[in-house]
Amino acid sequence: MANEIISKQTKEQLAQQIKQQQFQDKVDKATPKPPLLKNICWAFVVGGLICTLGQFITDYFAMLGFSKKEASSYATIVLVFLGAFFTGLGVYDQLGKRAGAGSVVPITGFANSIVAPAMEFKREGYVFGIGAKMFVIAGPVLVYGMVTAFIIGLIYWIKQ
Amino acid sequence: MNKKRGSQSIIFASPPSITSAANIVGPMEGAGLLQEHFDYIMPDNLNNLGSWEQCESYMMEWAIKTAVNKENSTMDMIDCVLAGDLLNQLMSTHFAVKKLNRPFLGLYGACSTMVESLLLGAILLDGGFANKVAVAASSHHDAAERQYRFPSELGVQRPPSAQWTVTGSGAAVLSTVGEGPRITAATIGKIVDYGIKDTNAMGSAMAPAASDTLLTHLQDTGRAPAYYDMIFTGDLGSVGKQLVIQLMQEEGLDISSNYQDCGCMIYREEQDPHAGASGCASSAVVFCGYIYRGLKTNKLKKILLLGTGSLHSTTSYQQKESIPCIAHAVAVEV
Repeated sequence: MANEIISKQTKEQLAQQIKQQQFQDKVDKATPKPPLLKNICWAFVVGGLICTLGQFITDYFAMLGFSKKEASSYATIVLVFLGAFFTGLGVYDQLGKRAGAGSVVPITGFANSIVAPAMEFKREGYVFGIGAKMFVIAGPVLVYGMVTAFIIGLIYWIKQ
Repeated sequence: MNKKRGSQSIIFASPPSITSAANIVGPMEGAGLLQEHFDYIMPDNLNNLGSWEQCESYMMEWAIKTAVNKENSTMDMIDCVLAGDLLNQLMSTHFAVKKLNRPFLGLYGACSTMVESLLLGAILLDGGFANKVAVAASSHHDAAERQYRFPSELGVQRPPSAQWTVTGSGAAVLSTVGEGPRITAATIGKIVDYGIKDTNAMGSAMAPAASDTLLTHLQDTGRAPAYYDMIFTGDLGSVGKQLVIQLMQEEGLDISSNYQDCGCMIYREEQDPHAGASGCASSAVVFCGYIYRGLKTNKLKKILLLGTGSLHSTTSYQQKESIPCIAHAVAVEV
């Protein structure tokens, strides 16, 4: 009797699984595909332009007589400022909508991911709003960035 | 007299009238396809208020008050307010109704809330528990985005199946007496879950719930799809709409000629809403504007409105649960 109930349940589960799978197939057919080529082109061009701008700024500082290391630090600072500035102007999300990873991956995207929640949660105050929510998006990047840096450092140390 | 019909439906013995309706929307909706069917279009999504949430509360309060005024009633003639929205703990609704000082029942049915409120309002009136009730629902694009997804200034790319939450609110007054189209029948939906987990594909997730309730409604009432001039779903968007037509076809019913989705009626293609509109306000602003006016002017005589809601929470989808969905139906006839 108990076996019968269990086998009936598994049969029902199986029927449910098949039903869900069939529906998923229909959904896949009905769902429009993202315009892959267009998205890739946008990402390539925008990502490339941001990086070219970064190189331009680095070269400019190098030209002013700063060392290579200093010049690239200053370029990073300028790019972070620009990312934050255009987020504040409400332009960066328009860019991100089209360029996708092209504007997420460069450091300007990192600035965007911190400034966007900071702006959004200002209404909840400086502590529980900006302070608490600033790293909601960038937090995981920092956490796993530090974990990876630690592991790589450990490997490097052992190898030495 | 037993008003229950079939397994999940109700046929009202003395069908309540919808004596007035009002709606209010944001600028993007106001620039869309139903431009002339809105009572008020706000200049921006804040409307000079301190936050998006306050703006949403304002919209609902405005819609309820305007609907009551249009009917030449005063607020104190309303026996009960039934309303809801998308935000946690019904924030916008509670702050809107606080100012109205009327008995209130808060509803959460995600985007099916407008139909849920019409359905329960009609039950209160037909049961003799009230003479006049106000029903409403609202949603706000930015307030919903920040609760469910990302900050609005974050540069993220949305897939083509994603939908755009409507900024707006719709309200209606139901009365036992008075002129107006009547709510003649209703079907209470079941929670249907076909295992869809992608919150960017809510139209697909809700389609089985919509077709389940539609099929049950037709079976319970013995009506054919052609009985209605139009069948409307709340916010399935272009993908979900296509799936409902397909699912009904598999049941041997062709609804392609008299079926439309409110989510496909609000925005223009060039506004880039992707798969269409969503949110409580999708069905609320279309019903309280375009559909209600159509019924008043006899352009539409018999309609079925299916409110569709995806009942997931931010916690449930982070814990990788699928999206439970529901659909309720009300039949409105002149």
